[in-house]
Amino acid sequence: MTQQPVIEAHHISKHFDGFQALNDVSLTVHHGERVVVCGPSGSGKSTLIRCFNGLEAYDGGTLIVEGRALSADAPHIRQLRQDVGMVFQQFNLFPHLSVLENLTIGPRRVRGLPRAKAEALARKYLERVRIPEQADKRPDQLSGGQQQRVAIARALCMEPRVMLFDEPTSALDPEMIGEVLDVMVDLAESGMTMVVVTHEMGFARKVADRMVFMEAGRIVEISPPEIFFTNPETDRAKLFLNQILGH
Amino acid sequence: MRRLRRILNVPVVAVALYLAAMAGIVWASYAGAQGMGYNWQWYRVPKYLYTLTEDGFQPGELLIGLWASVRLSAAAFVLATLLGALIASLRLSGLIAGKGVSVIYLELIRNIPLLVLLYLFYYVLGPIFELTRWSAAILTLAVFHSALISEIFRAGINSVANGQWEAADAIGMSRAQALLYIIFPQSVRFMLPPLTGEAVHLIKSSAIVSVIAVAELTTVGRNIISDTYMSFEIWFTVAAVYLVVTLILSFGVSALERRFNPN
Ligand SMILES: Nc1ncnc2c1ncn2[C@@H]1O[C@H](COP(=O)(O)OP(=O)(O)OP(=O)(O)O)[C@@H](O)[C@H]1O
Ligand SMILES: [Mg+2]
Repeated sequence: MTQQPVIEAHHISKHFDGFQALNDVSLTVHHGERVVVCGPSGSGKSTLIRCFNGLEAYDGGTLIVEGRALSADAPHIRQLRQDVGMVFQQFNLFPHLSVLENLTIGPRRVRGLPRAKAEALARKYLERVRIPEQADKRPDQLSGGQQQRVAIARALCMEPRVMLFDEPTSALDPEMIGEVLDVMVDLAESGMTMVVVTHEMGFARKVADRMVFMEAGRIVEISPPEIFFTNPETDRAKLFLNQILGH
Repeated sequence: MRRLRRILNVPVVAVALYLAAMAGIVWASYAGAQGMGYNWQWYRVPKYLYTLTEDGFQPGELLIGLWASVRLSAAAFVLATLLGALIASLRLSGLIAGKGVSVIYLELIRNIPLLVLLYLFYYVLGPIFELTRWSAAILTLAVFHSALISEIFRAGINSVANGQWEAADAIGMSRAQALLYIIFPQSVRFMLPPLTGEAVHLIKSSAIVSVIAVAELTTVGRNIISDTYMSFEIWFTVAAVYLVVTLILSFGVSALERRFNPN
């Protein structure tokens, strides 16, 4: 018997006051798999992955996460969110808390861990994102790259089954992108299941098991990176790659 | 124009202008009183503030009245804050019933004059619930100011970026946890200045309870005047006492704010 998928989206659709942001989207993500989602601005990438942890409610189709149906008003939504880590483009760190407190507040208040355990966990993941020495600073004392690594550690502290990334490097100065991507590559190599919205094609080539290309609310193409980058099936994807890789 | 405004906003200049304006008003009323042949008796005023005997400092009637005003206002402010927090959380709860109740409450309170509200509490609800003057006064002030305080809470909470709610949601926090640990601590610094303003406003409007003869500063002032006919001296003194209290409050809170928020 094969293991059940982490995420199963079947024919999902989503409207914003009459505007269709997702149109019949189906995608299955298996354990240990790394999926990279790309596509032009406004194609629905953020909307799709925000559905995966219930930040956005979908209005048609079914979505099953870790074997349980997910909707924003499901009674077990909070339990589910602990299994699904999320990293935002704008970091969204808690500015009134220290770095360490940013990491421990979830484990302590949501998972109910005692303080000492939560701090041990937090230090472990700060190590993992390579900034153990910043534990007592405030987020606004860190560089953008460091802040995003704290945000990754914050999500990891909930010990999720899958990590979602929504353009984690696009708010960063170019010289800081590398340090964040390095941490993400490490995470991928450790076997974490990941769904990453990004236009960092170097990263995608390195870690992606599958590339998902979206346009106008639809998934237009799903293919392995070897094929996607050399010989995409659709002209849409070809055009997009030409633009983004500057050929 | 801009330059002028900047100069006028320098604290020293602002205070000087304010003092000049006050001096103008005092001078004008002095001149007016002189014209009426008013008999000033300032020398009789200090004993209503305090006396120094061999037992030491004895507060006079006005200071005792002030203490009553302060206790009244403090009790009303605490109650108003609790009520305001309750109304704001109903409003933000996302429940249709909660929102309905809070909107009706706000519209009702906002559209009844304070004086009428006081009469309602004292003459209508008072006999029914056996309220004393003192508790009718506290309840009136608390209910009246809870409406504005709830709006301050709501605005403060809405001023925190939406991404903070999302980040709290994403780690599985409940709405109440997000509010308590993430949103509220960040909105305090937005709320402190308008809350101070509201406290000052409450102290001033507490004078109205003198119409039901609660023995606070304004009532005491009125009683002294009916005994002594020194209406000019006593009303000036009462006004100055309110001014001193509210100024101390404002300066205290802005010092506090600077401590919290050094940049
Ligand atoms: N809250 C919202 N209200 C109304 N429309 C929205 C909302 N969120 C997204 N949309 C619209 O839905 C469409 C898809 O948005 P989405 O953010 O998912 O795109 P995206 O692929 O992530 O784009 P980008 O690369 O710019 O982040 C866009 O046209 C957007 O304007
Ligand atoms: Mg997006």
